[in-house]
Amino acid sequence: MSSLILPAVLSGLMMGAVYALVALGLTLIYGVLHIINFAHGSLLMLALYAVYFLHYHLGVDPYLAIPIVLPVFFALGYALQRGLIAPMSSGSEQNVLLITLAISMIVDNLALYFWTSNTRTADIAYAYDTVEILGAYLPLGRVIAFVAALAVAPLLWAFMAYTRTGSAIRAVAIEKRGAELVGIDVNHTYAICFGIGTACVALAACLLLPTFYVTPQVGYTFVLVAFTTVVLGGMGSLVGALIAGLLLGVIESLCGLFLGESLGQIGIFLAFILILLFKPSGLLGRAR
Amino acid sequence: MRLNSVGQIALVAAAIAYLLGVYFASSPVWMGFTINALIVAVIALSWNITGGFGGLSSFGHAAMYGTGAYASAILQVKFGLNAWIGFGAGILAGATMGAFIGALAFRYGLRGSYFALVTLAFAEVLRICASSFEFTGGGSGLQLTLTPGIGNLQINDRTVVYTALLIVVAAVMALTALIKFSRFGAYLIAVRENEDAARALGIDTYKIKVQAMAISGAFGGLAGVLYLQLWLFIDSTVVYGSAVSVEALIGPIIGGAGTVWGPLLGTLGLHLLGEGAKHLLPNAPGLNFVLYAIVLICALRFLPQGLVGLAGRVGPFKKKENDNA
Repeated sequence: MSSLILPAVLSGLMMGAVYALVALGLTLIYGVLHIINFAHGSLLMLALYAVYFLHYHLGVDPYLAIPIVLPVFFALGYALQRGLIAPMSSGSEQNVLLITLAISMIVDNLALYFWTSNTRTADIAYAYDTVEILGAYLPLGRVIAFVAALAVAPLLWAFMAYTRTGSAIRAVAIEKRGAELVGIDVNHTYAICFGIGTACVALAACLLLPTFYVTPQVGYTFVLVAFTTVVLGGMGSLVGALIAGLLLGVIESLCGLFLGESLGQIGIFLAFILILLFKPSGLLGRAR
Repeated sequence: MRLNSVGQIALVAAAIAYLLGVYFASSPVWMGFTINALIVAVIALSWNITGGFGGLSSFGHAAMYGTGAYASAILQVKFGLNAWIGFGAGILAGATMGAFIGALAFRYGLRGSYFALVTLAFAEVLRICASSFEFTGGGSGLQLTLTPGIGNLQINDRTVVYTALLIVVAAVMALTALIKFSRFGAYLIAVRENEDAARALGIDTYKIKVQAMAISGAFGGLAGVLYLQLWLFIDSTVVYGSAVSVEALIGPIIGGAGTVWGPLLGTLGLHLLGEGAKHLLPNAPGLNFVLYAIVLICALRFLPQGLVGLAGRVGPFKKKENDNA
């Protein structure tokens, strides 16, 4: 059994990095807008289809699709926040929650209508290549995703810490009215933030597609894990989301190993409930 | 249940006229479809207790619905007990689950987004458990044996089923009205409006919220049991799926959260809309949810108090009072 644990931990870490990447976008949006974006998973699903169709129809490699998909999804996120969520929510947090839920219903069901519930996988030559790490054979795509996700987190952090836009985002997150008074365009900043969060999801989609599948329901699996990651890491904390994502990947992998494949996700949700109940501020979050 | 405008009376009268008109409809489709809508109305009324009066937006009311349905189904299938015992046990199980989730969530002061997430997570854990264990029928679900008869709570006659459901919905609405105009209801609304102020006035807000979750859970369990007895089959996705949780909250919000008539009106309206869309575009299974979502967004923007609130503005009897429907 012990010979199985190390590979399980490693493959959990690989998956966890993708969870972390999805959760980075979510936690950024939460940290600034103080809302939980229920449409996050649906946007991931949409991005996965975009990458899939780029590969299927135009032969674009998923990794080369990054410079195409990323700006498109940034624009989509920006437009969603600026054009739909902000004007329709009348400023109430509960309304924002419900509007993102409505967006996810629209996107999911339209995807089901247009693309049917068939599971699709991209037919990519290197999809089955593996790398040997510490005696465990891991899919190459997962290792690339792991490295890329680990690289993105510090980049995002540096962006928030050292750029003017980053400072504006942090200012709005801390004190909305104060930020407004010193001349920051709050609506624009909110939308930028939503755009970056959506771009994170698009990047995750590019990294996921070589080793994953696409269905209209795929977002739902990820969104709950992403919620867990965000809560566990501390809502709004980028570093927290990274650590929590990796941790949850390992938890899922070990639960799958010991309890059977179908119960793997139980571990994640139990962790979720326990965290929400006993330490809602998360690992690195500020107490509320 | 006080109606205080011409518009509200007209709205309620239209709903009652429709519900009675179904008896005389030429096609049985109307009755079959309204039966489904009525069961959804019960779970919507369940959500309305906590989400409407208490301001505690749950995104996982499927947890109570499914627990009611599974409790009854397990007692009948695995232990061979009578359906009426299962019926009572289902309601009790729903109430227990509601109180349990509430007790855990409120002990740590979860509100807003956090409460929405914890309820969602509970429903999801229950769904995965129900689909994984042999005891709950695993992935293939639980099927009741077909033994028609009132003693087994399996009724073949559609008209009788429909009448029974109308009575159940009326009873749940009467209880809702009773709660709304009771001291308990006033406490619950005080918690929604300003929890800290309510506590400062000496209201045990924790107890009130857990009690509200228990009542809501009992209604939710009831809805689950009704579904089970109607279809005689449940599986984890059907009763614990997120679609149930969404339907539970969308009807009251569109009809008017925290009103007696809102959940029924909203649910009926949405189902009529969805059914109409189904006739126009027969091969689009998820289309009704797309429509629901669009209506939800518009309702949030333009109808902050739902249909009941909108109707309240049409010919009010008295000025300065608008939420008593």
